Amino acid sequence: MDYSQFLNMPQEIGLLVVFLLVFLYDTFMSKKVQNALPVFTCVAFGLFTIANLFFAYEEGTIFGGMFETTQATVAIKAILNIGMLIVLIQSIKWANSEYMTVRRGEFYELLLITLFGMYFMISARHFLMFVIGLETASLPLAALIAFEKNRYESHEAAAKYMFTAIFSSAVFMMGLSFVYALSGSLYFSDIALSVMGEKSTMLIVALAFVIAGVGFKLSLVPFHLWTADVYQGAPTPVTGYLSVISKGSAAFGFMVILVQVFGSVYDMAWEWMLYALIVLTITLGNLFAIRQRNMKRFLAFSSVSQAGYIMLGIISANALGLGSLMYYVLVYVLSNLAAFGVIGAIENKTGKVMMADYNGLRSTNPWLSFAMMLAMFSLAGIPPFAGFFSKFFIFTSALSTGSVALYVLVLIALLNTIISLYYYLLVVKAMFINKPGEEGAIAPFKSACSERLAMIVCVLGIILVGIVSCIYSGLIEAAESSVTMFM
Amino acid sequence: MDFSYSYLVLVLPLVTFLFLGLMGTRLSRKTAGVVGTSMMGITAVIAYAISLAYFFGTDQGQIIEGIRQQIVAWDLTWLEFSEKLVIKIGFLLDPISAMMLIVITTVSFLVHLYSLGYMQDHNHEYEKGLQRYYAFLSLFSLSMLGLVVAPNIFQMYIFWELVGVSSYLLIGFYYTLPAAVSASKKAFIVTRFADLGFLVGILILSYFTQTFDFITLTSNPTAAIETAGGATFMGCSVMAWALTLIFMGGAGKSAMFPLHIWLPDAMEGPTPVSALIHAATMVVAGVFLIARMFPLYCMEEGTMTVITVIGAFTAFYAAAVACVQSDIKRVLAFSTISQIAFMVTSLGVARPELHEGVGYMASMFHLFTHAMFKALLFLCAGAIIHAVHSNEMSAMGGLRKYMPICNIAFLIGCLAIAGIPPFAGFFSKDEILVAAFEQHTFWGIWMMLVAGMTAFYMFRLYYKIFWWNNPDYGHHTPHDAPMTMSLPLIILSVVSIVAGLIPFGEFVSWNREAYHIHLNYTVAISSVAVAVVAILLATKLYLKENEAPAKMAKSFKGLWTAAYNRFYMDELYQFITHKIIFERVSRPLAWFDRQIVDGSLNSLANLANSASFAIRKLQSGSIQSYVYVYLIGVLLLAAITVICLI
Repeated sequence: MDYSQFLNMPQEIGLLVVFLLVFLYDTFMSKKVQNALPVFTCVAFGLFTIANLFFAYEEGTIFGGMFETTQATVAIKAILNIGMLIVLIQSIKWANSEYMTVRRGEFYELLLITLFGMYFMISARHFLMFVIGLETASLPLAALIAFEKNRYESHEAAAKYMFTAIFSSAVFMMGLSFVYALSGSLYFSDIALSVMGEKSTMLIVALAFVIAGVGFKLSLVPFHLWTADVYQGAPTPVTGYLSVISKGSAAFGFMVILVQVFGSVYDMAWEWMLYALIVLTITLGNLFAIRQRNMKRFLAFSSVSQAGYIMLGIISANALGLGSLMYYVLVYVLSNLAAFGVIGAIENKTGKVMMADYNGLRSTNPWLSFAMMLAMFSLAGIPPFAGFFSKFFIFTSALSTGSVALYVLVLIALLNTIISLYYYLLVVKAMFINKPGEEGAIAPFKSACSERLAMIVCVLGIILVGIVSCIYSGLIEAAESSVTMFM
Repeated sequence: MDFSYSYLVLVLPLVTFLFLGLMGTRLSRKTAGVVGTSMMGITAVIAYAISLAYFFGTDQGQIIEGIRQQIVAWDLTWLEFSEKLVIKIGFLLDPISAMMLIVITTVSFLVHLYSLGYMQDHNHEYEKGLQRYYAFLSLFSLSMLGLVVAPNIFQMYIFWELVGVSSYLLIGFYYTLPAAVSASKKAFIVTRFADLGFLVGILILSYFTQTFDFITLTSNPTAAIETAGGATFMGCSVMAWALTLIFMGGAGKSAMFPLHIWLPDAMEGPTPVSALIHAATMVVAGVFLIARMFPLYCMEEGTMTVITVIGAFTAFYAAAVACVQSDIKRVLAFSTISQIAFMVTSLGVARPELHEGVGYMASMFHLFTHAMFKALLFLCAGAIIHAVHSNEMSAMGGLRKYMPICNIAFLIGCLAIAGIPPFAGFFSKDEILVAAFEQHTFWGIWMMLVAGMTAFYMFRLYYKIFWWNNPDYGHHTPHDAPMTMSLPLIILSVVSIVAGLIPFGEFVSWNREAYHIHLNYTVAISSVAVAVVAILLATKLYLKENEAPAKMAKSFKGLWTAAYNRFYMDELYQFITHKIIFERVSRPLAWFDRQIVDGSLNSLANLANSASFAIRKLQSGSIQSYVYVYLIGVLLLAAITVICLI
């Protein structure tokens, strides 16, 4: 066996090294320095993330073509790393709470394993590899969601997640078996060749099952029902992780499957399915979000509708779409984690998670309110924050196909941004305009150093990513160099 | 010559602005003032170094065959729309931008220094908000410098708006005074309205010529117009439209009739601000803009005629109003409008073929000298207001005994603006008159008449302040200002005396070739004669307190009242905005907005709300129903697609 082929997966190897270091530290270091484990993990992962950005990658395949590294996979993994790093920094305070002392090693190890699974899902060029990645990413998450095991909600959330995950995997595999029946292979390239011009009911059913399977991870309507309960029940750092990293990787994998494998039956089969899912996802996500008063549930539905916007990049099915999708994921990671950072900081301090608790927050905690406001503005897509540019680019990519149906779709999405503006601004209104209730606003407090660091990174990102135009053009370039292999 | 260090000229004011702005009241007022002033001083030194190196440098490539080259010291690409249409931020050095660097940093530094003395009350306490004041001054300096060195029209537009913002902030510095607040709003809205034309002009221009770059546009205007391909709109070529609209932006900033109404009100700001922004720098931005694109403007005869007519009319109008105002800052404001109109007219009548484009050179020359002597006059006015605590001429008189330095400085300023040799204004105004005569005798005589009026109203002002009568000043005898204020007066006086002797044409001309100025004696002698007669008339009327001016005002009552009320221009605007736009246009629109637009949106919102209420059952919390919905979803998805496609 030629071991040098492993050099074609440098990011995976790097992540594995980080994982092993954390594992060894957790297992063998003395009790006295155990408290430093979260910081150690952050530093190790941070170094890995930074090294990642400056490493020159070579494109190539290994495992007999089952795994491929392209510019685009490198870019999306780098984006996920940034998000992961922020999540890790945000969780330091929580992981150092007394309750977590014995278990925090597991927390970090499980987190890193899920990321490892996502890496494989992103780079997979064979459905078996894809499923392994998907499951490696899914199962540890159930454990993570149940992490606060003394809390009843945490259990309930984990059970719901676990059950829905298994169910969706079953549906996904069912779809795969149909695909295998059609083409006799599970290699992406083989399937792409054999479904060309295919026009059978079987293909459509297979596609519906595959889409539903991945749609679960992305929480597309109507496969989203678990989202709110799980987001509410899970520990806040895990919720943040679920909402951005898990979703971002799934979106990329989804696009690879649909465009690279089923690209030739675009207008035949999946365009309209995805169309319906996007309309449903954005609209219903918004409608549900309007009524939420619990911040974590609120963000759960907001993330449902955001997933719908991400799908616009997929339905454009070109390099511009892939680049815009990655850009959207990056911006979404920063904005959503900023919001979760604020929620986590407040929850850690006071245990309050309802929107009404945020009334009058500006007068007591101006900086937190400011960060939250920026996050909401960015999520709603208000210029000049990054969220505006990401929405703009993703709409552009959908329009670039020139199809009338997509013009209508973008119009629907635009109308929905108006609804979303309403509920995002509700949060801002609560913080800046509403009078505090009888107990008064949340008392001023100093958030932990780590929480502030994470928030500063997010806020800077929200302000700068839109303005620094080379990020977008770099992603488009990466997408263009990879997409030629797609179609 | 390597000019890459020129970025400091923009970075230093920016840093000062951020520092002062962010530190706010954590700095003491004095520290803020000293920091602001010294940073501006450093910026001025660097700007001088750049300009001198540009004008006197002998490096290869700086002057080729007698033509000064335009040098792009540095530029950064910001947005790339297409290969040609690129937005950059950069630093363009050519004669006019180098000259403007000197003008802006000089006046700005002196104003910074002067403000240290001016912004104190009579107990020598610094005024509240001085930190904010200096932060805004730095922001203004940054924006103005960024504007003049812009190598493309887009960067110019960005800084153009920033200039507008900082002017707004500074006019409204005394934000507790209703007059200052409404003046700042007026200035912002009027100039913003004009900038709408500017923006549309930029869009048309860049759309048809496929570039924002000044060098590309002006080095070969014929090619630029060919790129536009002779497209027309309502009978005029699109280029004429674009250039006229761009001029509209310039006319707004430079207070040309009928967009001048904001400038007199802008005098509500602190007087040093009036000196810096509303006399020396910002208001000439429009002139600078036309000069920057002069080769393009030359191609459109119609636009040039518009510019000439508007300039000449404004010059006359503002001079007529200035003759009867009683508030000294208003007189100076109208005088500024009139003088800027001189520059605009001069550009309007300039043609490359007429006397080697003397009008262009004259306009820039007058811009330079005017900035100096008008800043001087405003700073003197500030010292006077500081001493007598009033803007009204009736509260002044006989001040020459109490304020000798100010008296002499003001007299020098008046002589300069009246065009008496050898003071600065004589040389530049003379060149403008030459240019006007070159174009048509009518314009020449017209402008000479206005020059005479200038001398008259300036000396009316001078006599009313320093001679006229001796009111009783009570126990608060006015006295000369402290050194921080007097020093800038002295420096500017010296400059106002000698600036005219600079061989300006050697440095600045329309094709950047050295232009040798010759005095045209016929024009020079007749213009001096007109000025002297005007001054004598003013002396006769205003040297001593007498009844003659009041009698004259009575015998020309209609004219006098009309001029005093600025020919009712403000009332006209009031009528148009309130009676026509608000009543006849806005009100029906507001009804439509409330009833139809809001109504339909409200019903949409209600719809969304009730839909969201109706679907809440879907989220039951029970996992069985979740999976049920999931499965139904998959099957429906598959079924519908199958039915639709096959």
